[in-house]
Amino acid sequence: MNSTELLIALSVALFTLGLTGVIIRRNAIVMLMCMELMVNAAILSLVTFAARAASASGAVLALLVFVVAAAEIAIAIPIVLLLVRQRRTLDVGAYSKLGG
Amino acid sequence: MTELLPLYGFSAAALAGAVAMLIARHPMRVALALIATMLSLAGIYALLGVHVIAIFQVLIYVGAIMVFMVFVIMLLDARDPSYLQRYSRLLAPGVLLGALLASGLGHTLAHRLAAAAPSAAPADFHLQPFSAEFLRAYWLQFELTSVLLIAAVVAAIAVLRGRAGREGRDE
Repeated sequence: MNSTELLIALSVALFTLGLTGVIIRRNAIVMLMCMELMVNAAILSLVTFAARAASASGAVLALLVFVVAAAEIAIAIPIVLLLVRQRRTLDVGAYSKLGG
Repeated sequence: MTELLPLYGFSAAALAGAVAMLIARHPMRVALALIATMLSLAGIYALLGVHVIAIFQVLIYVGAIMVFMVFVIMLLDARDPSYLQRYSRLLAPGVLLGALLASGLGHTLAHRLAAAAPSAAPADFHLQPFSAEFLRAYWLQFELTSVLLIAAVVAAIAVLRGRAGREGRDE
């Protein structure tokens, strides 16, 4: 197994674990962190192929994905805080009837 | 084989952190496991020779996003019921779906990567061509990310202030 195969297999494993975490966990913050794990797995495969091809464009794309992930968290955390303020819990089961 | 040893070590650490994220009960422990995974990934990027991405992984992910996350966890109520009960009702279907996805992706990977011709030795990645390319060819995208970040900040303020403004009117 060379390094590319190892890293792509790791990326698959991390993405699967992140998706499983988003589905099975109950806490909204933990679900957000599992989404971050999925983004990290995608960036890992991107960087692996960018490093293999010595491509500057791939590294630039990885950098832009970092910024998009930061913007995503900057929006997602206030939404979670708003839900917690309204429902008094982080349990996503309590958000099943979302209304105004 | 021996030159792959650090890579195996960082990969094992990243995997262990990801598994700990699914098992840990308290969100703070999940956050620490995620930080360990991200630092291991930064080590992998450094081993690949893409040092600029490794530095940004530590600065942006661990330094900004996860610190923000840890502050939010400390702000929230520690007696929440979701802290006691880790898993929702979707535990069995979620694990099943994860296993199916892993086996499907692993199957495809084993076939495609084995079929792909072994590539030439990877060329070295250097910071100088990267920086020149970044600001010559991708300056528009770079400027657009600043617009995106400002939009995100304005939206975050609007989400929190909009609610507060409505409550103020109701009273």
